[in-house]
Amino acid sequence: MVAASDILLSVEHLTMRFGGLVAVDDLSFQARQGDITALIGPNGAGKTTVFNCITGFYKPSEGRLGLCHGDASVWSELEALTDSGKRSVTRGDGALYQLERLPDFLVTQQARVARTFQNIRLFPGMTVLENLLVAQHNRLMLASGYTLIGILGFPSYAAAERAAIDKARMWLDRVGLIERADDPAGDLPYGAQRRLEIARAMCTEPVLLCLDEPAAGLNPRESAELNALLLTIRNEYAISILLIEHDMSVVMEISDHLIVLDYGVKISDGPPEIVRNDPKVIAAYLGVADEEVAQVEAEVGL
Amino acid sequence: MQAGSQDRRVELTRALRDAGVTALLAFGLFLPLIGFETQQNIRNELILTTRLPLLFTIVAIVGVGRLVYSLALDPWLKQRTMRPPQATPSAWRAPVAKWFIPFSIGFVIAYPIIVVAIKGLGGAVKWVDNFGIQILIYVMLGWGLNIVVGLAGLLDLGYVAFYAVGAYSYALLAKTFGFSFWILLPLAGLLSSFWGILLGFPVLRLRGDYLAIVTLAFGEIIRIVLINWVDLTNGYAGISGIPRPTFFGISFNANDDGFAAVFGLEFSPIYRTIFLYYLILALAFLTAFVTVRLRRLPVGRAWEALREDEIACRSLGINTTNTKLTAFAMGAMFAGFAGSFFAARQGFVSPESFTFLESATILSIVVLGGMGSQIGVAIAAIVMIGGTEIMRELDFLKQIFGSAFDPTQYRMLLFGFAMVLIMIWKPRGLISSRDPSVFLKERKSISSDLVKEGHG
Ligand SMILES: Nc1ncnc2c1ncn2[C@@H]1O[C@H](COP(=O)(O)OP(=O)(O)O)[C@@H](O)[C@H]1O
Ligand SMILES: [Mg+2]
Repeated sequence: MVAASDILLSVEHLTMRFGGLVAVDDLSFQARQGDITALIGPNGAGKTTVFNCITGFYKPSEGRLGLCHGDASVWSELEALTDSGKRSVTRGDGALYQLERLPDFLVTQQARVARTFQNIRLFPGMTVLENLLVAQHNRLMLASGYTLIGILGFPSYAAAERAAIDKARMWLDRVGLIERADDPAGDLPYGAQRRLEIARAMCTEPVLLCLDEPAAGLNPRESAELNALLLTIRNEYAISILLIEHDMSVVMEISDHLIVLDYGVKISDGPPEIVRNDPKVIAAYLGVADEEVAQVEAEVGL
Repeated sequence: MQAGSQDRRVELTRALRDAGVTALLAFGLFLPLIGFETQQNIRNELILTTRLPLLFTIVAIVGVGRLVYSLALDPWLKQRTMRPPQATPSAWRAPVAKWFIPFSIGFVIAYPIIVVAIKGLGGAVKWVDNFGIQILIYVMLGWGLNIVVGLAGLLDLGYVAFYAVGAYSYALLAKTFGFSFWILLPLAGLLSSFWGILLGFPVLRLRGDYLAIVTLAFGEIIRIVLINWVDLTNGYAGISGIPRPTFFGISFNANDDGFAAVFGLEFSPIYRTIFLYYLILALAFLTAFVTVRLRRLPVGRAWEALREDEIACRSLGINTTNTKLTAFAMGAMFAGFAGSFFAARQGFVSPESFTFLESATILSIVVLGGMGSQIGVAIAAIVMIGGTEIMRELDFLKQIFGSAFDPTQYRMLLFGFAMVLIMIWKPRGLISSRDPSVFLKERKSISSDLVKEGHG
């Protein structure tokens, strides 16, 4: 099924059960390289659960999550990888990961999938700059020779740290927080915290950026700025984005591809124009049965 | 005017009523505790006597105390909190902060010389040993535990176990193989951090209270093994005759090749004490230096990030298990250094020195000092350990309370009292603000309201 040439992430038959509750039910979808793919659905539809499965915070009850680096031809290794029981294969022209086999920190470190959280999770007692340096931990750790070179004060580590600070500075400029670099992250206003969390995720140098309701709690102006930021990330840095939103109007403008979840089941999948007019989607959002959609639409004037 | 005096009367009645209730409570509580006393008479029989004057004195103190509190102290405190906080720190703060550290370092380096100058060679031993070395051991232990508790936010109630491992490693290896102190010091640190990692592996999945309980149990296990493995550790009796450290091969004894003789000095125990003082001072400085350095390295930032939010750490690709283990191993290593120093200084180790009370003391030093703050921890160690040592010196109290009064007996009471006071006055410790590890334009210290304490 993974034939298309530019697939980045392929979710197949993902199911997540919590006891008797089936939060995600046999979900399959694909995200293309360089796309903004949006996962939408009403509250409690299972969107965050999908994210937690992709980023390794939950082990899926069933299903396969494939992610490719480099040339899409590595997808041909998928069946062999699954049978081998290994976490990943690396070839000269790319690599393939089975995310459900990776522990959470390796999903970011090796498969390079970064994420933000629905309830912002910054390091509130550390400065904005420190937050961005923690995000570059693995590279700096290597540069500090796993602390040995660093503690002896060799100049090679100092250079690596300067580079990390420059990178942080670049992202702070991007998200308009350069003036607050030395303030504690917990002191920032809500909208700024959201932007900082995105900048922090970007500092891990991901290929796929997963954002869990980044527009939640933002005012319309901040929301528009966020859209611009996401488009920059996609266009200038060629990074694919997987976006959760429960407010449809936000995503319609910037997404290339939408997947709609309701009670853990995928009810629609396609470009925004098609999903927008899908009666099932409208029904899910308005909370009525399919047959009554036309009537309700007429009533609310859609 | 009328209303004012009426208010005043209402206030007075309420204060009197409060005082009455408090006195009554105190009476009920202290009647069995203080009012009655059992004593043995000449025939070894227990007889019940009463101590009513003492009881009523205490009840009166409590009642009057409460009255003073509600009439004077409480309004004053309320007024103080209502005043807006000062916007700009007072002018003397900055220079004091700037000169405090260099001055303190100068002072601790000059301390033995000052003491010898004041007290003479003979009298100085006690002051250098009890106040200098003893305090510095706890400063070092506090700084070591600070890595685990203050930076990484992992509550460790069994820290003394690593101190014990260091002490016994030195004691056993020095006695059995005759290795020198300088070989055994790093070895003891290594062994301790090995035990730190060994403990870390199973327990680091636990968080908060559970982690605290398991580390407490680990501390007890080590102590009980030391007691019961008599073949190796000689049990309760402990290990004595541990070789003392030498000054580049020159021992501190009265022989012809001893330190005093070699340097043409008159023999005195003070030379060894001063040598030990500078040794522990160097070890403590090493601990502080390494910690300050580590804080600015990725591993130190990862510790602090872990304390702030573990899940966010994992989402950034940080291996939190390894990060916690390095914190445990680092903290344990410094405890191991301190332990081997302890063994070398005493020449004797026994399980008595490694009870839970030690862990609790070190932890309270870290908490009172302000988790994460080097200076705060050092001040707390000086106050707590120095304070208990001072208690031994307060002989004049005997003149007030009679010769049966032993001030050291009230050590723990005062200890607890000081802790309660500090926790009321500064709930996050003496120095609670956090110093950022890196800055772009300006170093601003971070208020403790934002800094997390960690959760396990
Ligand atoms: N760790 C968990 N344990 C039990 N139930 C969970 C857990 N996580 C999510 N759920 C349940 O799964 C369902 C989907 O939740 P979630 O993925 O957070 O929805 P969404 O993000 O779309 O609002 C909800 O019914 C929620 O209660
Ligand atoms: Mg959600």
